[in-house]
Amino acid sequence: MTAGSNLEKILKSGKKAVTCECGPPRGADVEHFRHKASYLKGCGDAVNVTDNQTAVVRFCSLAASKILMEMGLEPVMQMVTRDMNRIGLQSNVLGAAALGIKNLLCLTGDHQSFGDHPQAKNVHDLDSIMLLHTVKTMRDEGKMVSGTEVQGRPQMFIGAAANPFADPQDFRVVRMGKKISAGAQFIQTQCIYNMERFRHFMQMANDMGLTEKCYILAGITPLKSVGMANYMKKFVPGLDVPDSYITRLRGAPKDKQGAEGIKIAVEQIQECLEMKGIAGIHLMAIEWEEKVPEIMEAAKLLPRPKID
Amino acid sequence: MVIGESKPLAEILEMIKDFNKVVVAGCKGCVTVCNVGGEKEVAILASELRIARKASGNELEVKEYTCERQCDPEYIEPLDDLVTDADALVSIACSVGPQYVVARYPYLQVYPGINTTCIGGSQEHGVWKEFCQACGNCIIHHFGGLCHITRCAKQLLNGPCGGSAEGVCEVGKGSIPCIWQLIYDRLKNLGHLNQLVEVKLYKDWSTSRDGGLRTMIREELKK
Repeated sequence: MTAGSNLEKILKSGKKAVTCECGPPRGADVEHFRHKASYLKGCGDAVNVTDNQTAVVRFCSLAASKILMEMGLEPVMQMVTRDMNRIGLQSNVLGAAALGIKNLLCLTGDHQSFGDHPQAKNVHDLDSIMLLHTVKTMRDEGKMVSGTEVQGRPQMFIGAAANPFADPQDFRVVRMGKKISAGAQFIQTQCIYNMERFRHFMQMANDMGLTEKCYILAGITPLKSVGMANYMKKFVPGLDVPDSYITRLRGAPKDKQGAEGIKIAVEQIQECLEMKGIAGIHLMAIEWEEKVPEIMEAAKLLPRPKID
Repeated sequence: MVIGESKPLAEILEMIKDFNKVVVAGCKGCVTVCNVGGEKEVAILASELRIARKASGNELEVKEYTCERQCDPEYIEPLDDLVTDADALVSIACSVGPQYVVARYPYLQVYPGINTTCIGGSQEHGVWKEFCQACGNCIIHHFGGLCHITRCAKQLLNGPCGGSAEGVCEVGKGSIPCIWQLIYDRLKNLGHLNQLVEVKLYKDWSTSRDGGLRTMIREELKK
């Protein structure tokens, strides 16, 4: 056990884990955040708190993680290397550990040209793989990037993201392997729609022995409508939503498209959980947190296991 | 070479609106090669300024000169006679040039007439592209000879990120090739894909602009 977080305990026990996601708002409206998060109570073994996702300014993941803890939810604090250099990043890792945050997800982050401040300067002193190495070295060797000794090691369960659908296709698993050797103990994947391609990705991960070294959580985002499916297909690089899903959504009456999307998500969850090497699900119901209990129930993932 | 692009004429006219006598100074170095600040462009800008000011009923006297190089003190000297009765100077060298002019003439108003955009090269006639950010510690040989510091939007040392699709970077609306795809292809051709498997750790940015102003001293040449 490295950090002893609930997520780490469940994964170590061999039970399938579920993480959810809750994005902080574009303002200081803490009630809105608490309201969204309240739907996830009892659903996620841990809840990801995004760090200015899609490069849009939101309240910070450190504060949001602390708020979740006060609500009795366990956070997975996300950190991106876009906005802070090694000084700021290490400082936040130490601060997060001091507040009792035990799960950390290390990302590079979306480019600022996609966000609400495209004129911003980016940092990129480190990339996600270096950040993984940084956190691991602080935790296991008690050393900062500079070699300076850490007074009190940050006990973190370290995670990373992987996109099985970007290019070059054959390198995606190799890059995930780099993340694992740099320090990632768990991986949450990008939203999966093309099950065939994901199956191939997992096959390669199993063949390379990566699933023995790391817990892989399959990323699922329920489709709310045909519009959302088309948007994902057209505008999110590497995310190919198969026509069969779009046809199914189109076949449903407008007010039933959401229900059909949930049905698809539940099928995907069950299919993923049967794949060799899948340790759990990362359920990203984007601005649809209130549907998480229903999806979890339908996927027979409730109640969540308790491990002491 | 250093690449630049002309500033809009309106912006330059606004800069010099209070003056009646200006010098337009070009450079025979990089900006001549990229067709933005050489003798020809000096003549064109001077004419455009004269015509625009004449049209507005406020005539402007413009003197023209193109330095051998504006990044060398000895080649700035020939401007001495031209600037004695000038109100201002517009330099269309890269942004090094106007700073050399400022250093020589403490009381002269100096304006940049171009935007210095990058260190790059010519792709085809009329097309230039960035290739180097002068980080001060070249490591491109570890990446198939291609610079990811300059050519990856996120400056990854362990790319490609999840935004690489069909060889194209998600930044730039399809106009920018993913340098990591090119690095991957090249190392694959060379049979050196194993170079991409090892985790690349921290870059020392102190040799870059981040370490403060950079000065190179070659003692053997100083004597």
